This record gives sequence, C-alpha cells and structure tokens, in this order.
Amino acid sequence: MANTDAPALRLEHITKRFGSVIANDDISMTVQHGQILSVLGENGSGKTTLMNMIAGIYYPDGGKIFVDGKEAVIRSPHDAFQYQIGMIHQHFKLVDLFTATENIILGLEDDGRYSLKKANQRVKEIVSQYGFRLDPEKKVYEMSVSEKQTVEIVKVLYRGADILILDEPTAVLTPQETDRLFAVLRKMRSEGKSIIIITHKLHEVLSLSDQVTVLCKGRYAGTVNTAETDEAQLTEMMVGRKVTLNIERSEPKDTVPRLTVEGLTVRSREGTDLLRNVSFEARSGEILGIAGIAGSGQRELLEAIAGLLRAEGKIVYHDPKTGKEENLRGRDPLEIRELGVRLSFVPEDRLGMGLVGNMDITDNMMLRSYRKGRGFFLERKAPKSLAEKIVSELEVVTPGVSTPVRRLSGGNVQKVLVGREIAAAPTVLMAAYPVRGLDINSSFTIYNLLNQQKERGVAVIFVGEDLDVLLELCDRIMVISSGAVSGIVDARAASKEQIGLLMTKNTASEGGAADGKA
Amino acid sequence: MILAGFLQRAIMQGIPLLYGSTGEIITEKSGNLNLGIPGIMYVGGIGGVIGAFLYEQHAGAELNPFLAVMIPLLCSMAGSLLMGLIYSFLTVSLRANQNVTGLALTTFGVGFGNFFGGSLVRLAGSDVPSISLGRTSNYFRTSLPIADRLGWFGQIFLSHSFLAYAAIVIALLTSLILAKTRVGLHLRAVGENPATADAAGISVGKYKYFATCIGSVIAGLGGLYYVMDYANGVWSNDGFGDRGWLAIALVIFAVWRPNLSILGSILFGGLYIVHNYIPGLDVSGQELFKMLPYLVTILFLVAISMRRKREAQPPAHLGLPYFREER
Repeated sequence: MANTDAPALRLEHITKRFGSVIANDDISMTVQHGQILSVLGENGSGKTTLMNMIAGIYYPDGGKIFVDGKEAVIRSPHDAFQYQIGMIHQHFKLVDLFTATENIILGLEDDGRYSLKKANQRVKEIVSQYGFRLDPEKKVYEMSVSEKQTVEIVKVLYRGADILILDEPTAVLTPQETDRLFAVLRKMRSEGKSIIIITHKLHEVLSLSDQVTVLCKGRYAGTVNTAETDEAQLTEMMVGRKVTLNIERSEPKDTVPRLTVEGLTVRSREGTDLLRNVSFEARSGEILGIAGIAGSGQRELLEAIAGLLRAEGKIVYHDPKTGKEENLRGRDPLEIRELGVRLSFVPEDRLGMGLVGNMDITDNMMLRSYRKGRGFFLERKAPKSLAEKIVSELEVVTPGVSTPVRRLSGGNVQKVLVGREIAAAPTVLMAAYPVRGLDINSSFTIYNLLNQQKERGVAVIFVGEDLDVLLELCDRIMVISSGAVSGIVDARAASKEQIGLLMTKNTASEGGAADGKA
Repeated sequence: MILAGFLQRAIMQGIPLLYGSTGEIITEKSGNLNLGIPGIMYVGGIGGVIGAFLYEQHAGAELNPFLAVMIPLLCSMAGSLLMGLIYSFLTVSLRANQNVTGLALTTFGVGFGNFFGGSLVRLAGSDVPSISLGRTSNYFRTSLPIADRLGWFGQIFLSHSFLAYAAIVIALLTSLILAKTRVGLHLRAVGENPATADAAGISVGKYKYFATCIGSVIAGLGGLYYVMDYANGVWSNDGFGDRGWLAIALVIFAVWRPNLSILGSILFGGLYIVHNYIPGLDVSGQELFKMLPYLVTILFLVAISMRRKREAQPPAHLGLPYFREER
C-alpha cells in the first residue's frame, strides 16, 4: 500500500548525457500523491529526457529515483509499470494494426489467461468510469488523434498506474477535447493519483496544475505553487531572462494582391474532398493567418499552391517584377519556386519535407542550389557561407555547419529551414506550424523573421494553431473548417471566441455535400 | 488417377515451401526480413545428410529406426539454428543491414551445402556426383499402411510421411499462436512497431532472436524433407534449386498467414510441376512453366496493393533495425 507520508515520486540529482551533450544536469524534484505537477521548460531543456528516465526508456547516468520513499531502479518500461508509473508519450506508441484493446493489453504478462473478451470488458469499464469515448474493438489506424490519446491513457489506467506522465498531451487536441482531458485528469487527482504534465501552454499550466517545476537548459530552475505565480514569472524562470509576450506588429504598407486563389478544390485518392472551393487573396506586406483544427486542409492548401498536389481551380500569381499574372496551376514545383513562391513547410515530425536529417546544414542549403555552379562538381562555397550566415544571424545552436540537422533540437531545425527559404528573397512565404513544439524564445525569433519579411513586402501565409499568436501576429486570418473557408476576419478586430466558432462551423452543408452525414 | 497422382506430387512439392514460408512468416512477424532462408533450408538439408551419412557409416548393416530419424533431424535443426543465430546476432545485436546479411547467408548456406555435399560424395566413393541415403530415407518416408487401401483419397491425403503432416500442424499452430495468444500479440507488435513494444515492456531483442531462430529451424526442416522424402535420400549439389526463394514468395502470397500458406504451398507445388503433366513440352517450355509461381506472386502483389487492405500488408517495421536510444 502507498505510504502517504512519503512523496509519490522523488528525483534526486538526476543526470543524463548523450555523448558530450548534457541533457539533464543534477535535477531534483518531487511529486506528491493527489497532485498535478506541470513541468515547464524551453525546447531542449530536457523535460522529455527526464520523463523518459522515470518511464524507463532511458537510464540515468547519475542520481536516484524514489517511489513512495523507497529507492526505485527503473531500467526498462517494464520496471516502470512495476512501480505503477505510466507515461503517455508525445508521439503515441501504438500499433496501428491492432485494436484499442490489443494495444492496451500489450506487454501485460501477469494478467491470468489471455482473453481478449475479458480485456474488452475491462476497457469498457474504465472508459465508462472516466467518461471517455472509445470503442475497444476499433483499429488504431481508423482512429482520430484524440481517440488514440484516449487509448494511451486507458492503457496506463488499465495497468493501475498511480503516477501518470503526460508529454504535451494537448498539442494535438481541439479546445473541447482538451477540456475533456483536463476533466479526466482532475478526476484522477481526486482519486489520489499523481500526474506530471509537460506542456508549453502557460494558461493550461495555470488552470490545471497544483505546482510547477521549471527546467532551464537541462538544469532545475525551481518549483512554485501555481496559485502563487503568473505567466510572466514562469516565462522568466523558463528562459532565464524576461521576454515580452507582445508580438510587435507593424501596419501593412502598400498592399497589393500577390496571390489570388479561386475555387481551389483538392480531392484525396479515395475521392473525398480535402479542400472545397477555397478562394482568398494573399497580399504583399501582410501576414495572412490560417486557422483551423488540425487536419482541416491547411497542409493540402499550401501543398496545392506550391505545386505538390494536384488541384482544381485557379491560383493566380501577380509577379511584382514583370507585373504579369501567372497561373500557377499545372506548373511544376520548381517553376513555382523560381517565381518566388516559397514554402517553408514544417509537418509534425519537424524535419518533414524541408530538410534531410542525416545531411549537414551546408548540404541542406544545397538542396536549393544544387542546380547552380558551372562544372561537373557541386558548388559548395556559397551554400557554406549561407549556412554560416544563418547560424550566426539566427543564433542556431550547433557545433558547426557540418553537423547533421537531425542532431539539432526542434527550434534550431526550424531556424535553419526558415532561414534558407528567406535567403532566397521570396515574394510569397508560406510557413506551416513553424513554431510547433518550440519554446517562447525560439517562437519569437520565428515571429520576428516573418514580420521582417512582411515589412519587405513579402506576402506571408502563416498556418498556426495558437489562436493568441494568430491574433497578435497576423493582419488577416482565414479560418478553414473541414476543407472549406468558413470566414476571413481582421485580426485586429476579431476575438478568440469568434475564430473558435468559425473553426468548428459545419461547412459540409454549404458545400452541397448533403451526403456527408451518414 | 492422373489427377490424384498430380495432387500427391503437388503436396510433396509444396511441403518444403510450406516449411520455408512458415519459418519466414514467424521471422518476418518480428520485423526481420530473413533473405537467408534459401541458404538456411540448404543447410537444413545438408545437416540431415551429414547426420544420416555418419550414422549409416557407423551403424553398419542394422539401423535403429529411432536413431536413423532422430540423428538427421537433430543435425538438420542444429545447422539451421546456427544459421538463425548468425543472422540474429548480425542484425539484432550488431544492427547489420538485414538484406545484406540475409543474402550473404544464402550464399554461405549454398556454398556450405555444396562443399560438404561434395566431400561426402568423395568419402562415399560414389561414381555419380550424388550421395544416396536410401536406408535412412526409407524410415523418413514411412507412411500409414492404410493409405494403399483407400484409393485416390489415400493417395492424396494419407500417403505422406510424418514430416509432411508435421509441416501442416506447425503451420496451423503458428497461425493459432499468432492470432490467439499473448506471445503472438507481442511478436506482431514487435514487427509492427518495436518502439511501442519496447515501451510496453516487451523485450524486442529477445523476440527477434527467438522468432528468427525458431523460424530458421522450421525452414531448415523444409530442406530435410526435400532430401529425405522428396528426393528419396539422394543428395546432389544444387538439387534443391530455387525452392527457398519460392518459399519467400509464398510468404507474400499467403499474406503472412501460415494457415493460408498451406493451401498456397500446394498451389505453388502444383504450378512448379505442372509442366510434367503437359504433353509435348520441350525444355524451354518447361522453364516457362516453372516461372508460374513467381508470376502468380507478382499478379497477387498487384492485386493486394490495389485493394490496399491494411491487414494484408507486410509488418510495418519489416527490414528495419531497431535502436532504443536513437534521437
């Protein structure tokens, strides 16, 4: 039985190195029973590494872990289960081909006779007990992100975990789903479970947790009671110095239409509409924000403009040099790029379509310039100096320009990618989720870069997920909902509620898709 | 009567393929794409031959039926187990490229078999380039005595040796284990998503080792069956032919399900020998017909990729190494 006097979990002087990089340096922290603890920190501050050591994915190089006051040696995830520690990873660890239940019982050895029927029954019990929505026999590959997360949480509950670790659980959820998740977490807390949650969203930290532990550059920066702190103090602890939360936004100047999109429709291979009759205009010297629930067609829209996806409709580019109007549709991506339409696309895995992880920074610059140069051999000097310029100007933290991009942290990868696209002096710059998973400091570097481009007269298209940022950064915001435009608003006048409403608006009925509902 | 004979031969032709594909399915379910199967089956065959040869030489005129079967069987299993261990050690422990390792093992296995095959031929002082172990083979080929009395039914279904029935039982058991047990669930998880399996506390390396080694032993029995049953105990170098590759093709044809692979092996076996039953074929025509199983596999691949059913795809992590602490 749990000894309620001792803290549920205590870390003492935990240290972890990866090669010469110290990911965690002498970190101590405590979680009580029936407590929700937030772990805050910039990217690369070692939060996930620390949590992985509690969950048995990594083993610490130094320091001790205590569970209920007794020293615990956690060498594998299996050991972690023995101590009733369960982790819900940022990237779900699920087998796509298995049903919810099969995923949930995966790895359980001491559960009596193997019976899927019995397991399904128990999953159903847990699901109804906490008010989840989940079909135990649904295959994971047919599930939405929120359902997958539910599977992860139920998996941990099924094992009777007393200590739950959630790594950025809300990054992929809609506001409603987030609320539902928080309700579940509060219910768990009232039952005496300890919850550690990693998140970047300060308002979530403040609304949910009892205590906040802050990490800064792999070191412990302090723990505060949530009731006694505010966003400014937490931010200061995280970054080690004060940053203004206000994004400086200049008034758009000399706006002229740069890109006119009319009736753009994209169909999936299965024939369903991914984008339906999308029309809008992107103007020079202005940032057009695109808001919407993840997967509403943002990615398809940018890819269609960049020529990577086949689309119907019109995409007219107004060339500032010649003054001519060019239809981009039907052109190949290279021609579109040459016109100055640049896509800085950052999908979920960060490296995604823009950079090659195993190649170094210089080589990644050359992905855009490999056609240049006179002779048979590649021209390496110019890309190398460009790489060095980006590293010094954008403060990319890297041992050198010959370090593989894969080894850089998320924010630095982003800087390299955006830096390269900006270096080509684009006329249209599209950025999808450029700050996803980034800490405040790196995010602001990106915002400033986008603002600079805007002031140079570039038409910037910014796909974002944080409504506060969209409202502060952009000039106009286009909201898409299930593949159709549900509204374009003035970012200076619009409210969060207004955009939230547009995001969830049912556009299917307007597009003439009466068969959309089964 | 011709049809019954054809089916009987098709089954006999199919049994080595069934062993090979069952072994390869178990291996692939753990995420290891073992292209060494042809070599492993070859080693399984020559292992049995070496065991039988040594025992026949040692025992003289009177063979003990039990030992005559057990010694070649154990030698065969030891040989293919060793091959499986080499493959696992290289790909799981040392993280070598699976394709390269597998192909190297096939080359090695065939060379190993031919080397010892040649040596034994020399030792036996035989005047043809093959070695005959008829006495051992007779024990292997012992079948139910009632088969002769039951006409075509007996000929097709009951005339086979214990290794043939064992192949079918092993395939059915494997299907059952994969679908209905905890071990099967864990093994499939390792092949689909080893990081997930690892996080769930499943020892990925252990499952890969065991699946690959057990798979190799089962595949090796295919080689043994070929020599002792199908070829009547006559070993000749390169006689095993391309059956190992055919077994790998059968894995795809059976969509990674050993129970389907039973039917598939009979079909492949039939296609493999159908040229013998078509009158008036010249040598080049025969070769064209031998191509049929591969052609069927390719057409089948096209068909399943057009249907795009998730369950009919190879294990998602097939052929890829797994590193836990990779960032």
